[in-house]
Amino acid sequence: MESIDVLMLCPMISYLEQELQRRYNVLKLWTAPEKSQFIKDHSATIRAIVGDGGHGADAEMIEALPRLEILSSNSVGVDKIDLKKCREKGIRVTYTPDVLNDEVADLAIGLILAVLRRLCASDRYVRSGKWKKGDFKLTTKFTGKTVGIIGLGRIGMAIAKRAEAFNCPICYFSRTEKPDTKYKYYPSVLELASNCQILVVACSLTAESRHIVNREVMNALGPKGVLINIGRGPHVDEPELVSALVEGRLGGAGLDVYEHEPEVPEELFSLENVVLLPHVGTATVETRKAMADLVVGNLEAHFSNKPLLTPLV
Amino acid sequence: ESPVPLDQFLSTNARNVQALLSCGRFPINVDLLRLLPSLRLVVTPSAGLNHIDLSECHSRGVAVANAGSVACCDVADLAVGLFIDVLRKISAADRYVKQGLWASKTSYPLGSKLKGKRIGIVGLGSIGQEVAKRLEAFGCSISYNSRNQKKSFSYPFYSNVVELSANSDALVICCGLSDQTHRLINKEVLLALGKEGVLINVGRGAIIDEKEMVQCLVQGDIGGAGLDVFENEPNVPKELFALDNVVLSPHRAAFTPETLTSMREIAVGNLEAFFSNKPLLSQVIDD
Repeated sequence: MESIDVLMLCPMISYLEQELQRRYNVLKLWTAPEKSQFIKDHSATIRAIVGDGGHGADAEMIEALPRLEILSSNSVGVDKIDLKKCREKGIRVTYTPDVLNDEVADLAIGLILAVLRRLCASDRYVRSGKWKKGDFKLTTKFTGKTVGIIGLGRIGMAIAKRAEAFNCPICYFSRTEKPDTKYKYYPSVLELASNCQILVVACSLTAESRHIVNREVMNALGPKGVLINIGRGPHVDEPELVSALVEGRLGGAGLDVYEHEPEVPEELFSLENVVLLPHVGTATVETRKAMADLVVGNLEAHFSNKPLLTPLV
Repeated sequence: ESPVPLDQFLSTNARNVQALLSCGRFPINVDLLRLLPSLRLVVTPSAGLNHIDLSECHSRGVAVANAGSVACCDVADLAVGLFIDVLRKISAADRYVKQGLWASKTSYPLGSKLKGKRIGIVGLGSIGQEVAKRLEAFGCSISYNSRNQKKSFSYPFYSNVVELSANSDALVICCGLSDQTHRLINKEVLLALGKEGVLINVGRGAIIDEKEMVQCLVQGDIGGAGLDVFENEPNVPKELFALDNVVLSPHRAAFTPETLTSMREIAVGNLEAFFSNKPLLSQVIDD
């Protein structure tokens, strides 16, 4: 059987690389000295792309690959893929929903606890020997605090379920109100932020949701409010976030994503009410394997003319 | 505030003292009790009772009241926070980012999933119950060891901590410190927990054989630990400082403003009840 050329956009866990190499001829874009030349050289044979949350295909790349049939993304976020272009050209797009809901929701709660209870700051306090000189300060209770969720999709619901176990009242904003939930709906993010103590960004990134958390929203959340972002960096106006935190207009933040990863505003490094993670929302051995299996499974299904496992387009 | 030594102060001034408000760490032992012949009540603002000689109080007819379960949610929250932190490497990754290391683009080591983890709770009192309720929402399964089996809970009960440990991916220590629980978590229990196992302690440091635990962590015989309490606070074994799979907390599990206020209120409430001959709000009954 002729070998199928698959363009891999960036390094991924070795398990995934191996499984792809076993089945296909994998072309590793990041090893090319000149990326656009590399694509040109292989444009006649590339039939599939494997990308991730941070690496997708824009219109230019799609146009440059006339034999492209499918893009299998190792992520649930697809904001880096020109979906419209894919639809136009009949290119299939698959992603990895559901296998990572728990993981991301766990991290959201972990971030809430880390910020409110100052887990990272107090760990540093102990390691630096300061505990010998005096007790650490009081921290903020989590149980019973109102949690506001932007985006009540699969991940948002998983976060709500966990927060409920801490007796937290839940409210949300979503593009449309969800009739079959008991949680309180607010028709705007601003109203949501004015009525909760912990605001969690859990929606997908689209043109409408860019900077959905802006200066006004942060001021409404306030000096006792905490922002948790496990969505995408561009959901939050990052320079405004930095000044809100530095000036104390916002009580704290737990961030897993940033506007220009891996760059993180250095002004945040010294703030003990801020916890910064390097985009590890799905970063467990088990979940990365489950995601990888979906990436490969979708490609296998496509190339054997079977129904795709998790198609988006 | 008095410059006079304690025993002198008490024998001079305290012969008629009926109620004692403990500050939570000062030992209430036979030496002290002997100097307070009229004592009928000890009130401690803590949930912990290990600083009080309960049997000595009992034989002298001195009632003891503690903070009841006012702190249990905050302590449970911290236990869960420590557990997520260890599994998902939150404090370690926060250190990594704040040292500017993410820019170097080497991807951060993967953590471990919570869902499906088997949690062994040591001590299913009010704190242990709140821990169980929270971790169930993450898809964890709960088993426990306690002084007595709790019939109102359907979680599997193990009468033996080693067996509990052998069947758990994580142990969460939520019990009080007593003669029975001193060094309960010993080498055997730790080795049964295993190389992937995680130990969380929000009870008292002395429930764990600290030296053995440190060795197990350094040698990789257990997978990680989240600790709010230590044998000799505020001293923490230095060997732990070099480990990324350990999260250290300076005994703050109960210390939120809300809980401190509740502890104050219940201590005052107990004293008021005592002096108006009403039943105590949170009397410690040895069960």
